[in-house]
Amino acid sequence: MSQLEAIYALWLREIKVFTRERSRIVTSIFTPILWIFVFGGGLGSAINIGNVNYQTFIYPGILAMSVLFSSVFFGVYIVWDRKIDILKEVLVAPISRTSIFVGKVLGGCTDSMVQALIMLSIGFFVGVYFTPMSFLVAFLILFLLSLSLVSTGLIIGSLMESPEGFNMVISFLVFPLFLFSGALFPLDNLPLWLSIITYIDPVTYGVDSLRFVTIGISKFPLYIDFSILIVFATIMFTIGTISFERMK
Amino acid sequence: MDNKIETFNLTKKFGKLVAVDNLNVKIKNGEIFGLLGPNGAGKTTTISMLCTILMPTEGTANVNGYDIIKESDAVRKSIGIVFQQPSVDDILTGRENLRLHAMWYSVPKKIRNERIDEVLKLVGLEARQNSLVKTYSGGMRRRLELARGLLHLPEVLFLDEPTLGLDPQTREHIWDYIEVMSEERKMSIILTTHYMEEADRLCDRIAIIDSGKILIIDDPEKLKESIGGDIVCLKSKVKDPRIFKKIESVSGIEVKGDYIILKVKNASENLQQIFEVAKKVEKVEIRSASLNDVFLKYTGKDIRPESGEGGIVQRIMREKSLR
Ligand SMILES: Nc1ncnc2c1ncn2[C@@H]1O[C@H](COP(=O)(O)OP(=O)(O)O)[C@@H](O)[C@H]1O
Ligand SMILES: [Mg+2]
Repeated sequence: MSQLEAIYALWLREIKVFTRERSRIVTSIFTPILWIFVFGGGLGSAINIGNVNYQTFIYPGILAMSVLFSSVFFGVYIVWDRKIDILKEVLVAPISRTSIFVGKVLGGCTDSMVQALIMLSIGFFVGVYFTPMSFLVAFLILFLLSLSLVSTGLIIGSLMESPEGFNMVISFLVFPLFLFSGALFPLDNLPLWLSIITYIDPVTYGVDSLRFVTIGISKFPLYIDFSILIVFATIMFTIGTISFERMK
Repeated sequence: MDNKIETFNLTKKFGKLVAVDNLNVKIKNGEIFGLLGPNGAGKTTTISMLCTILMPTEGTANVNGYDIIKESDAVRKSIGIVFQQPSVDDILTGRENLRLHAMWYSVPKKIRNERIDEVLKLVGLEARQNSLVKTYSGGMRRRLELARGLLHLPEVLFLDEPTLGLDPQTREHIWDYIEVMSEERKMSIILTTHYMEEADRLCDRIAIIDSGKILIIDDPEKLKESIGGDIVCLKSKVKDPRIFKKIESVSGIEVKGDYIILKVKNASENLQQIFEVAKKVEKVEIRSASLNDVFLKYTGKDIRPESGEGGIVQRIMREKSLR
């Protein structure tokens, strides 16, 4: 019971920080919007994929991207918290490490999902019209993705001593995850090596299922995508609790 | 339970460096206990182990009757801590910091606001409670940390260099708060410091610690008495300082450079005698023994060689080494 309240307090702290540092949300929305309107719009004037405009085609990919970036980067705040010593207050409190991890994950997911909501709401600009049901499913997919990726970011953050170190590791991780996910291209007819990597990239299944929900195109059945996303989230979440247990 | 804290060969090694070396201390219920030592003595490391955020390499300790290794959760519930490095959250207000703390420590909802008001009042931060902490001065942050450490009514309060880097006036205030807290709450307080005046003013008992070892534990008055009275430091033409031995009240003689340092009982009354022996005195300084002298006696070095404070001898030695 007291652990629940502790988790709530941890979450509340993240939310307060989030609402006070509005620049966080602006900067993290900015890149995906550029992608959709500049990259998607530019190539979209010349390219169709199947009978879908390119801009519409990459929209689900950019949805996943916005969650990918904001979720993984959330891990840097734990490095900062440790560096400026405010993490100690939490570590010395009678709260279990698992609760600390859960509180942080929920905080990070909330941040990402607020951004995801903004990204979802611009769908109609690129010709994606949600029904309440498809909106809900898309939200759920993004949430699963966020859960795994916030965990991933926090795992890396718990191991890193400096924000610079974190950023370096992350840039080796985030861009490949994005580029190999099929966010920008269809998964059919790829060279074998590329095909294999896309299958390994868990974000692929997020993009694939989002594409099904938004524009009705997909490579895998929805239940396969969902199962893989759930397994990925479970694994990262578990590793996360362990890495917090061992932190410092 | 007489002892709030008892350590059993508590040891921490960082690689080859032994930061805390087989520490055995008992800290009584309700006392203010000081760990006095220079930077790097192992004070913070000791506190970190006692509040369960650092695992001892060897040995263990009891805090409030609980083992710091096996019952760390119970230990955490019993303690409050003010860290050496400020750990309040800049981006929250003072009150928000306290509210979160109350939730982390399961302070019952009903009394939460009341308790928060109370500690804010104690440290005089009521007026600024709704400002973001990043607008606070260093002294206000420390006070907020103190308030936070007290919020859940801990049995044991750790203060790691509570006035480090604060101006003299703020330091004076914090000392007042600590005294009030100790009196009103009857909690046991463990304080680390490298300021003599601080240890002298606040502590019921002091442990002098250097290189991870405790050299002596006693109350400040006894420690100063152990020096054997006042310090008379003089510069004269006397060739052999041993002639001061014939004065009954002189209990110790030391030579540092051109200066002769005498430990004298009741120096002010016996000065005439000393001057008679010394013949022509060029310079003299008399003062009562301070904890600095105690520290010097037990460690053979000045506690804060980098600072401008300290006795005349230390100043002289410094000037000499500068030349
Ligand atoms: N995490 C650490 N890793 C390696 N050495 C450390 C660590 N923490 C402290 N030390 C060393 O242990 C010694 C004691 O440090 P500390 O307890 O911080 O001293 P104090 O608080 O008395 O100034 C110092 O020599 C310090 O450099
Ligand atoms: Mg220290």
